[in-house]
Amino acid sequence: MKRLLIWLPFLLFAGFVLLFVLGMFKPDDRVITSKLVGQPLPAFALPAGASDRPGLSSTDLATGEPHLLNIFASWCVPCAAEAPQLLALKQAGAKIDAIAIRDARPDVDGFLKRWGNPYDRIGLDARSSVQLALGSSGVPETFVIDGKGRIVHQHIGDIREENVPEILAKLRAAR
Amino acid sequence: MIAEAGLAALWLAAALALLQLAFVWFGLTTDKEDLLQSVRPVAVAQGALTLVAFLLLILLFWQSDMSVALVAANSHSMKPLLYKIAGTWGNHEGSMLLWVTVMGAAGMAVALFERALERRAHMATLGAQAAISMGFYAFLLFASNPFARLNPSPPDGQGLNPLLQDPGLAFHPPTLYLGYVGLSVAFSFAVGALLTGQVNAAFAKAMRPWVLGAWVLLTLGITAGSYWAYYELGWGGWWFWDPVENASLMPWLAATALLHSATVLATRDALRAWTVMLAVVAFSMSMVGTFLVRSGILTSVHAFAVDPTRGTFILILLAIYIGGALALFALRVDSVREGAQFDPVSRETMLVLNNLLLVVILGLVLIGTLYPLLTEAMGYKVSVGPPYFDRIVGPIAIILMIVLAAGPLTRWRRDSAAAVGKRVLIPAGVAVIATLVLAVLAWGRIGVLPFLGLVTAAGVAVASIAPLWKRKLLRTPLFTWGMVIAHLGCAVSLAGMAADSAFTVEKLAAAKPGDVIQTAGWTLRFDAITPIAGDNWTALQADMRAERGGRSTAIHPQARFFTTPPTGTTEAALLTRWDGQLYVVLGQEADQGRWQVRVWWKPFVTLIWLGGILIALGGVLALVGRERRGWIAKFRRREAMAA
Repeated sequence: MKRLLIWLPFLLFAGFVLLFVLGMFKPDDRVITSKLVGQPLPAFALPAGASDRPGLSSTDLATGEPHLLNIFASWCVPCAAEAPQLLALKQAGAKIDAIAIRDARPDVDGFLKRWGNPYDRIGLDARSSVQLALGSSGVPETFVIDGKGRIVHQHIGDIREENVPEILAKLRAAR
Repeated sequence: MIAEAGLAALWLAAALALLQLAFVWFGLTTDKEDLLQSVRPVAVAQGALTLVAFLLLILLFWQSDMSVALVAANSHSMKPLLYKIAGTWGNHEGSMLLWVTVMGAAGMAVALFERALERRAHMATLGAQAAISMGFYAFLLFASNPFARLNPSPPDGQGLNPLLQDPGLAFHPPTLYLGYVGLSVAFSFAVGALLTGQVNAAFAKAMRPWVLGAWVLLTLGITAGSYWAYYELGWGGWWFWDPVENASLMPWLAATALLHSATVLATRDALRAWTVMLAVVAFSMSMVGTFLVRSGILTSVHAFAVDPTRGTFILILLAIYIGGALALFALRVDSVREGAQFDPVSRETMLVLNNLLLVVILGLVLIGTLYPLLTEAMGYKVSVGPPYFDRIVGPIAIILMIVLAAGPLTRWRRDSAAAVGKRVLIPAGVAVIATLVLAVLAWGRIGVLPFLGLVTAAGVAVASIAPLWKRKLLRTPLFTWGMVIAHLGCAVSLAGMAADSAFTVEKLAAAKPGDVIQTAGWTLRFDAITPIAGDNWTALQADMRAERGGRSTAIHPQARFFTTPPTGTTEAALLTRWDGQLYVVLGQEADQGRWQVRVWWKPFVTLIWLGGILIALGGVLALVGRERRGWIAKFRRREAMAA
């Protein structure tokens, strides 16, 4: 027993080294995908995030028609960068709703005035609680929701021009 | 030429380290006295060469020699001189050179000044120090050469990360490294003692000043780093439980435990194996911390550039040194005879409790830091943040503080619980009064942990000065003063931490020039936004006046933009008053000429760092006090011989 105890620090350390080796040689996945892809949306109801758009609840996204759900914030620079692509998606007929993260209504108004407003509904998620429930880890992120309110696709990061056709295809497939 | 000379000095130092190890090895195994005679001069030469290499690198940065890859990547000719020089250690290669320099210099100091240690143990210690140094020389020379040239050389450098362009950088990393790497001496002492079977009170007495010195510097380095992060990052926090911070906290926790157990071993010849173990653990934590920070293993979800070869290299060094020392411990611990026994109620028991609690905190911080790795190995990704650390470490730290209050009031060897109870009566009374006062003033408005923190701090403050009670202050030994001041520093620091989290008032406002912001008794007049230019940056500066009690002071928070590399930083405006700090950050421009302004009033937050300085000061007094005894004894011996 005592013999084992004496070797305990060494064994503990060997365990740590093993852990380090595992950690160093693992494939480096930088993208955290939501476990909710393929699952129904969690239930939520958010107040309006902009002065000229209604708020957003999970039932608004289960109307029989597929939606895009864009997670953004007025303080987020990549969100401004993806604004033209969202407007292009809207042009192409996509229905886009949004959740503004840790934001204030005047700021969102200013953001939409400056970068354009592709959204039908905007919910205000002041404490990121809905964002977390959705399994989203940052802004911007965009979810494709089918007519029954199920998440079918998650796009992480800003939508670039080359992503637009792919997202439209996902929307069509969700019909 | 300078770069080549630096590289040559480094190679030479590495060769001398090998020689030093060989001399010790063959000298001890074959009892060749002439070999052992040469160990000390070699250690001195090795240390001097590392200093030369480091000074040459500083010279290259000073001259902005862009033909050196490291200078080109981290400096810029337009940078102020102070940051050119500080840039030497503001990068991976330079800081690793600082690492081996501290190690070499520490070895040199042990060779020159260590007199108390038994000779064979002293030699073995120097051998161990050389062996560790060799690994890090290899790391520098094969995987992180600071003197590599660029051909052709670029017209100018890429500049230093603006966050690092701060006077804090000039002093914080060298101080921290001196402490961090200074613990290598304790590690070598432990290895030397295990190899020669000299784990005893003399070993602890000889090791203690080195540990104290490293610990003082580590304390100062952590304190300075915390303040630096506080004012430079502009987030208003003073500790973020970031892996880099934890990497410096873990060796400090181990060194604090070691300091106390070494005292038990030196005074009462107890806790032999435990003390040796802690000496190994303290520097191991320095190495593990460096590995975690440098390999990028923990920051892999962030987009930091990391080099897996370097990580692998440090991991191999870790495995060899820590694994080797722990195996040596297991193999040789039988030769460590059991030390003296002690009573359940005694100073020794208190110090054992102190050690256990410190080690538990160390373990929890280690697990929290490695948690992302642990869970990832099991297939899912989670990382723990400040709430975990605050909630888990906080309560144990408070228990530790209570032990700290009672420990110095307990006698060595044997004491009675009733007597100890009597001695802690006044501090306990103060804590009760503090509880009542706080309950009346702030019941329900502050959290449980800050509440307990404030109450404990009040009790511990009184308890920590109690050992001076009824003593002639001038005749009290200096190291007792050291203990009193260091413990008082803990109470002061705790009070600052608790006051900050209990009473901080935060306000976020969108204001335009002409507006007035009011918060926590302060009136902030926002007069204007003016653009200003510095050496290598431009800034938008808010001209504000902060007013309280009829006194008005101008403050100027800035949003700075650096050109090389193009980055923005926030320069918070700090206004220090006796009862706290006003902390103002200028954020981004909102719409219609309004600016985001973040204002914090942080009551007594400065006590956190004042406490840190007191702790370090206590360490210095203890060090001087212990050493002075040695000097006086030596002086008397000489007098006696002369007479």
